Amino acid sequence: MRISHPRTVEDAFDALDEMPDAQLLAGGTDFMVEVNFGHRRPPAVVGLRRVEELGGFELTDDEVVLRAALTWTEVETQLNDELPALAAAARTVGSPQMRNAGTVGGNLGTASPAGDSLPVLAAMDATVVLVSRGGERRLPLSAFITGVKRTAIRPGEIIREVRVPRLRGPQHFLKVGTRNAMVISIACASVVLDTEGRTVRCGLGAVAPTPIRAPEAESFIAGAIDWDGLRAPPEAVARFGELAVAAASPITDHRSTAEYRRHALKVITVRALQRSLAA
Amino acid sequence: MTEQTPSDALHDPTTPDGSGREDYPAPGAGPDVLAALESYTLAVNGRDRDVTEAWLGESLLWVLRERLGLPGAKNACEQGECGSCSVLLDGRLVASCCVLAADAVGSQITTVEGLSGEGELSDVQRAFVEEGAVQCGFCTPGLVVAIHDVLHRNPRATELELREAISGDLCRCTGYGRIFAAVRRVQQERAHART
Repeated sequence: MRISHPRTVEDAFDALDEMPDAQLLAGGTDFMVEVNFGHRRPPAVVGLRRVEELGGFELTDDEVVLRAALTWTEVETQLNDELPALAAAARTVGSPQMRNAGTVGGNLGTASPAGDSLPVLAAMDATVVLVSRGGERRLPLSAFITGVKRTAIRPGEIIREVRVPRLRGPQHFLKVGTRNAMVISIACASVVLDTEGRTVRCGLGAVAPTPIRAPEAESFIAGAIDWDGLRAPPEAVARFGELAVAAASPITDHRSTAEYRRHALKVITVRALQRSLAA
Repeated sequence: MTEQTPSDALHDPTTPDGSGREDYPAPGAGPDVLAALESYTLAVNGRDRDVTEAWLGESLLWVLRERLGLPGAKNACEQGECGSCSVLLDGRLVASCCVLAADAVGSQITTVEGLSGEGELSDVQRAFVEEGAVQCGFCTPGLVVAIHDVLHRNPRATELELREAISGDLCRCTGYGRIFAAVRRVQQERAHART
């Protein structure tokens, strides 16, 4: 057989030893599209959805540990209180059919510039944990995703989990596409306020080769917010949107023009910030 | 609807895999790909079904339709956008075009053919007929599976919840009005049966 269905991470390593050319398979929602359209002919497959250690999530004192096989349906329905921006992003992933199959680990492994969870994970300073026979490696998301659909994963490695800091404060995610349901992002953004550390984090998606942060926008608005009342002057909020757009490098493709992406990005970063501030 | 045994109409003996698709799994199929032919067993609608010498990359949708003679799940987009291939995999609604068939081994698969007894319509299917929720019919099997799923999980689903639940099922004919009417009819019938 050229397909393996390991039930433990150890068995998955064995399968990868036997079939070093194997494709790691999670929910299949990205992989099967490429196969169906003849863009990929897998010589071997290691299906990871039966590996129990890769399922579910865990709360520690300061982190939410999202295992790789956690589905978007599970994020949407079980993590709304703990990670509201990620749950909102989960709710915009494809359709119910896609969210029942697609996983956190799969979104990371595919590393599409339009991956819905990625701007949120970028904003949260998430850490990707890779495991192999040699042990584990922990990479910040920015080091894990190295380009368009490219990651730092090495042969023999599996994504075990992504660790997200638990923060106090509002967390929002917004996305623009051609319609509300089942759409791939034209632009998406996440704004996260850390009210204890008094910092603002802004992650952007589908407007650069990889998910990015907008550091100038973040430090500017962190200095303009009245943290006790969680308010900011309207002109500072508008400026935040302009600085976020300045961090982006969108392209024109079949989904949108670069110009529209910049426009949409300004609208959603401003709106996400407004929703994070007191009315 | 009933489960059909593979019929000659679906089996084309002029091609090695019986699919009638001569380009399958070509183009680009090297000896490695052709060597990766898998035989496995899938549990479909409560029965074990043998799949022999299937190409590793075949989707569950392809195997159901072309190898197992279950044409209820429809093939439209092959990219998880239209919902017409919806089935239940271990009770979860999924697009069978995006499931690797060989990875579905050991899972319970329910297709539209398995929702009711042989020769009978399910209550959802009956309501579709009675409310005229079908025009061309291509999306119907996927919608029927999705509606069975949402009403099983959430019998009193509101209209908003129903809209969300079938947001992955595209119907380009009906405008959905009659489909919602059919769902409401099922909800009323089931509520009545509970009391």
